[in-house]
This record gives sequence, structure tokens and C-alpha cells, in this order.
Amino acid sequence: MTVFILRRLMQSFVVLFIMSLLVFVGVYAIGDPVEIFISPEADQIERERAIAALGLDKPLWAQYVYFLQGALSGDLGRSFRFSIPALELIMQRLPATLELTVAAMILSLAIGLPAGIYAGFRPESRLSKVIMAGSIFGFSLPSFWVGLMLILVFAVELGWLPSTGRGEVGTILGVTTSFATVSGIQHLILPALNLSFFNMALITRLTRAGVRENMLMDYVKYARAKGLGMRRVMFVHVFKNILIPIVTVVGIQMGQVLAFAVVTEQIFAWPGMGKLIIDSISNLDRPVIVAYLLVVVIMFIVINLVVDVLYSVLDPRVRLQDMKG
Amino acid sequence: MATLAKEAADAAKAEGEAPWRRLVNDFCRSPLAVFGLVVFLIVVLVAVFASQISPQNPYDLNQLDIMDSRQPPGERSADGYVFWLGSDGQGRDMLSAIFYGLRISLAVGVSSAVIALALGTTIGLMAAYFGGRVDTLLMRAVDIKLSFPSILIALIIVAVLGSGVWKIVLALVVVQWALYARTVRGSALVERRKEYVEAARCLALSHSRIVFRHILPNCLPPLIVVGTVQVANSIALEATLSFLGIGLPITEPSLGLLIANGFEYMLSGQYWISVFPGVALLITIVSINLVGDQLRDILNPRLQK
Repeated sequence: MTVFILRRLMQSFVVLFIMSLLVFVGVYAIGDPVEIFISPEADQIERERAIAALGLDKPLWAQYVYFLQGALSGDLGRSFRFSIPALELIMQRLPATLELTVAAMILSLAIGLPAGIYAGFRPESRLSKVIMAGSIFGFSLPSFWVGLMLILVFAVELGWLPSTGRGEVGTILGVTTSFATVSGIQHLILPALNLSFFNMALITRLTRAGVRENMLMDYVKYARAKGLGMRRVMFVHVFKNILIPIVTVVGIQMGQVLAFAVVTEQIFAWPGMGKLIIDSISNLDRPVIVAYLLVVVIMFIVINLVVDVLYSVLDPRVRLQDMKG
Repeated sequence: MATLAKEAADAAKAEGEAPWRRLVNDFCRSPLAVFGLVVFLIVVLVAVFASQISPQNPYDLNQLDIMDSRQPPGERSADGYVFWLGSDGQGRDMLSAIFYGLRISLAVGVSSAVIALALGTTIGLMAAYFGGRVDTLLMRAVDIKLSFPSILIALIIVAVLGSGVWKIVLALVVVQWALYARTVRGSALVERRKEYVEAARCLALSHSRIVFRHILPNCLPPLIVVGTVQVANSIALEATLSFLGIGLPITEPSLGLLIANGFEYMLSGQYWISVFPGVALLITIVSINLVGDQLRDILNPRLQK
């Protein structure tokens, strides 16, 4: 276990190193770092001072060392638009994105699990067929299109829910969150639903497959023969067994959802880091772009590591030593 | 005896049948897939002949009249022809804009899928054929690539390089190549150990000839399936990027950009500017997926009797 985690950590550092190199080459060699890190409004003296401070008069490898040193000490330049350090800006926006991600995950489990259990338990019923057909749409419809339709139906036509912004935030246990106020929850519903659509379909299909597979197993027959009710067999015995692949998928999908939040945030004007990066790309606020890329890559590496470790804890049949991490 | 002879004759006939003929027969067994294929072919025809069948050239500013802006579907324009699907904020006929947009969306989606296919296949074949270090290195790169979501990778490329048609194609290729590489490697590893490869080696054929003329044709079925689905995926991803405003330039609006343009009007109830390009996008994606699903079923050796 320790060996595995150490090996994965080392591999993560290699990935991080490669990614930082790619971002560096993208920013410094392809783009012009003077334009990227120095505000267009700066005068000549400021420019020269900044060029010297950034080490841009040095050879390329020395510049990379400078860049790494800055990155390691959390200095990734200041945002042109907001005049605060880029990293700080991203950290300000991070909670809103995490909140949206978690809400979407909860929603996809809350709808996907029951739908999948039903469809697996009664595969021939009409409702099951509707569920399965719906799940195909969850896979093939582009997420931004689903978001637009949600706005058109629930915000424009029916007027039930707000379509933009985060609403009021309140505090629960010292954490600022939308879950604390009614307005916050109202604002959260549509974006979270939009973001959860793909995973809802995925979880429904996985659950259905798991239920159908497990229902044929001897332990189910044995439990039924013992006189246990179908309900108990389903929710105590079968449920535990289908949970393993689902937990894994939820872990892996966490990263996907975090990335796709970019689209949802843009549609619903949700003030998270996804909207920040799109705005920054349009406004050429490059220090923020660089900081965002590095932060997201680090987050991904951590998520992938946690998922692999969790997987082995949940399913003792998987031995990490065998996995070529 | 008679039945045995008949079976033998049937078998002989089946063997004599060209593989692609059997494929066509199998494919036609699903009416839904045939429907998908027909719809997709219509979409392709519309895209190819967009300039001939459009009532208006949506790029020609002289033909646009600001008085015609935001007309609902079915309304007549100042010049007298009908806006079947309404018009947008600049008085552009939505039907024509969709036809032209479809052309760009399809061109970008298909060309990036084909380039990614060529690149990914070559990489996957090399990994499988040479094995050892080459394999480990290439497949580790594939693993790393696949552990990041496609939208994120596309975003990184667009953020670093800026947007534009060729940069979007590049981004889509970078997003997709790994999937092809992994797919083809899986089947090439099996093929590599077969006797015909050994025979080809004994004939001292060159590496590239063995790989591309002998191994590759036998790895095609899964590639075709992945390729079909990926065309749909890359069209969807391009639309997403364009919708976010970081994809194709505004001078040649693809479907995603048309949808984005209509977004602001949607909140005031002028749904058609966004909805119809969206429907066109959905028809394209769903028809490709229907074809892909059926291909997956008929090309999967495990499902064959």
C-alpha cells in the first residue's frame, strides 16, 4: 500500500513536471511572456523592471527555474483585470465551483440510483424502457444544449426558477454556501441539474447492469430461500454489491464534473472558477489562465490518486501491487 | 444427408459472400440504424450543397436587412421570401445560417476525427508491434491523457494557442488520439501473435508493410466503431467550445456559435434563434450515434453467432 502510494506520488510529480513544462513552453516560448505577465498599461520603466524581475533577460532554462520558483511560492502573477494575485482570485472562486460539483453529484446519485435499481429489477416494464431511453439522451445531448433547454423551460416559460447567478449565500458551520438560504438553493437547482445530467445517465446504467447481474447470483437465491423479503434482499444484499463500481465511477467522474462545470457556469453565470477561466481567455488575462491551469492539474492529480486508493480500500479483490499505477 | 449438403452449400455461399456485403445485411437489420444513416446522409448533403439550397447567403452583408431582424418563424422578409425558421439579430435567415453552420461543424468534426484516427492508429500500432519500452512509454502517455477530461485539455490548448479553425482542429485531435491508440493497440496485440504475422516476418517484409498492410486491416472493426462515435463527440465538443466563445471565429459561425448568439434573445422569449441550430446539432449527433450503436453490435465478435 505504502509502496503503491509512494510510486503514484512520484508519478504524479512527473506528470506535474511535464504539465508545468508544457504550460511554460506555451506561455513563454509560443506566447510573449512580456505581454502575458506585464499589464499593457505599464510604462517603459515599469516594463523593464518587470522584465528583470521575471528574469526574462536570462536564457530559457533559467527562465523555467524562475517560473517554477514563482509557482512553488504561490506567485503566479497578478490579474490584469482585478489587480489581485491570480492564485488568490482562483481560490476565491473555488468554493462556488466545488459547491456546484458536489450538488450535481448528490443529484445524480439521488435520481440515478433509484432509477437504475427500478430498471434493473423490472427490465421489461414500460417505465424502465423510458428510463433507459432517457439515459441515452443523457449521454448524447451536449451539456450546454441541455442547460439552454432547462433555462427555456423552467426560467423563461414557466418562471419557476432563476437562471443566472448564485443568489444569496449564508453560513453553515462557518462555511459560506448557497445551501444556507432559500434563494441560494433555488439558484443552485438548475445548474446542478444541468451538470448532473451525464452522470445521472451513467449511474442509472451502471446500477441497472449491477442489479441485473447480481439478481442472478446464488446469494440472492439463498437469501430468498431463507425467507427474506425481496425488499430486504435488494436494499441490504444486492445494494452493497452494486455500490463498489458506483463509488469508483463517482470518484472518477468527480474530476469530469469539475471540468464540465466550465460549461454550466458559463450558461448560468455561476461565479465559479470555470466562468473565471472563460472570462480570462476572452479578456486575455493571462496570469489567471496560467494559474488556473496549474491549479486544475494539481487538483486532478490529487483526485486520481484518491480514487485509486479508495478503490483498493473498497474492493479487497483489487491489489494495488498488481496495478501498474 | 440432404440437409447436411444444404448446410455445406449455405456455408460455402456465406464464405463466398464479400465481407462488406454481410456487413450491409447485418446493418440493415435495425430499422433505427438505417434511419440514422439516412438522416446523417441528408445532413451531409445539406452541408455540402449549403450554398446551392440556402435561400440567402448568410455571410453576404448586402443581403441582410436590419428591418428583418428577429422575425419569428414563418414571417416574410422585406424581400418577400419566408423565414421558415425565423431570423436572428442581424436579420439573417436562420435556415440559411444553419445550413452554412452545419457545413463548418461537420468539416471540423470529421477532419479532426480523421486526423486523430490516423495519428492514434499509428501510435497504437507502433506500441503493440514493437512492445517493450516503446509500448510502456506510449501507453503511459495515453493513460495520462485519458485521465484528464477532454474539455479541460481543449481549454488548455485554446488558452495557450488562442482560437481559430486550425487551432480548434488541433485541440480536437489532441483530445481524441489517445482513444484510438488504446483501441488499436488492444486488437493489434492479439493480431501480432498470430501465424500470418510470423509468416510475413519470415518473408522479410518491412516493419511498415507488416504493420499497415497485414495487421491494420485486421484491427479495423473496433476502430470503425470508435471513429463513428468520435465524429459525433468532436462535433459536440467543437459546438461546446464555440458556444463558450473560445472556438471558431465569428466570421464563420458554426452551430455552437449560432446557439450562443441566440442565447441572449432566448431570455426574452425569442427562442428560435438558439433552438433551431440546437435541433440541427442534435439531429446530427443522434443520427451518428444511432449508426455507431448498430456498428458496435454487428462488428463485436463476441456477439456474433
